[in-house]
Amino acid sequence: MKGCKALIIGGSAGSLDVLLKIFPAIDKDITFPIVIVVHRKKGTDSLLADLLATKTFLKVKEAEEKETLLAGTIYIVPSDYHFLVEKNLTISLDTSEKVNYSRPSIDVTFHSAAEVYKDKLVCLLLSGSNSDGVNGLIEVKRFGGETCVQDPISAQVDYMPKQAILKAKIDHVLSIEEMANYINLLK
Amino acid sequence: MPYLSAITDEQTETLISDVLQLYGYDFTGYSRASLKRRLNRLYSLDRQVSFAEFRYKINNDSVYFKRFVEQITVNVTEMFRDPNFYKALRNKVLPSLGTYPFIRIWLAGCSTGEEAYSMAIVLQELNLLKKALIYATDINPTVLEKAAQGMFPLSQMKQYSENYIESGGTKDFSSYYSANYSLAKFNSELRDKMIFSTHNLVSDHSFNEFQLILCRNVLIYFDRDLQYKVLQLFDGSLEKLGYLALGTKETTDFSPISKRYVRLDTDKIWRKMV
Repeated sequence: MKGCKALIIGGSAGSLDVLLKIFPAIDKDITFPIVIVVHRKKGTDSLLADLLATKTFLKVKEAEEKETLLAGTIYIVPSDYHFLVEKNLTISLDTSEKVNYSRPSIDVTFHSAAEVYKDKLVCLLLSGSNSDGVNGLIEVKRFGGETCVQDPISAQVDYMPKQAILKAKIDHVLSIEEMANYINLLK
Repeated sequence: MPYLSAITDEQTETLISDVLQLYGYDFTGYSRASLKRRLNRLYSLDRQVSFAEFRYKINNDSVYFKRFVEQITVNVTEMFRDPNFYKALRNKVLPSLGTYPFIRIWLAGCSTGEEAYSMAIVLQELNLLKKALIYATDINPTVLEKAAQGMFPLSQMKQYSENYIESGGTKDFSSYYSANYSLAKFNSELRDKMIFSTHNLVSDHSFNEFQLILCRNVLIYFDRDLQYKVLQLFDGSLEKLGYLALGTKETTDFSPISKRYVRLDTDKIWRKMV
């Protein structure tokens, strides 16, 4: 896709390694924000942001409520909050019921971003052991956005990307090596 | 299951305007992405088939309207939620309030009351409960009825007990309740120091002066203007040197009241200095 307005990356078990591998190769002049929604334990937010920040030229920060999403910034969705996008491209956080036993839920963020960015949204689903994100990808497609998954062969836990391929229309199945290049070409 | 986008942005605005005119509930300052998601959730939970019917029911069935308010506001809470926060209350805030002859605490947006009982437990362990009063308020009368009963699912007690211990509690958590079938009924001396009342942060005024106000994970559902307005309401309800506690992702920064407040270390607790 050309003229991408936002990239959302979701993942669960086995997704952190992928992020650590692809972050160093992402260009620092990308023209859209990147939002990272990963399942993890409560209260480990700043650790994750600090760890990922060591691997990239881009600014990495924990998402704050009501802040405006900016190009070239990587936002980490805080644990125990759902992450939603407002029409004016600001962030809303929400502590409502878990979805797919998860908070943050990847489905919630994919769906909310799809409604706002429509055909200018790209969503990538990585390794994981449940199917959170799969329904979100269906919504992304319905709003005209682009859907990608990690190649299940390369995934530590292949359930999540496999479910996505089975149930949603996926535009690109990417190996870990292909991901950064794919992301850099979205601008 | 995801909630499909049955309700559009325009329909969201229509409902907001309806309930303001018909019931006086003002949701105009609520964050739209969350609110719309709640509306879609309710629409899908209740198997509504058309927006027109959904709207008619909200506007004409006052029993359903109660459910509407209960369901579109978020009532997810737990006892000793964010244990580190309760540790700060136990070790810093409450001991400093212990010198007062009487402690008035406002729990704004208390939902089903888990935080009120957590607060009462800490006060009791610090030997302050007898001179404290907890005013627990919420927009939603249904959750307040639950809160007043002081009964929570027994299945939650393992998690709550872990939270309690992590927050610095040293007693046997199960000594605070008695099991009653699938519910844990909390001791009535905790309940005796609580006053439950409806209060709408959007439209109601200050009703007392407090030494401590807690409002955690409520402001995130409001837009910036409404957040500032509510922070000013808290400021007007807080004594000098009183404390204001917010949720882990909320702040007084950038608000008109921020210059009068000093933050306690890294906790989401601010002290009113002037």
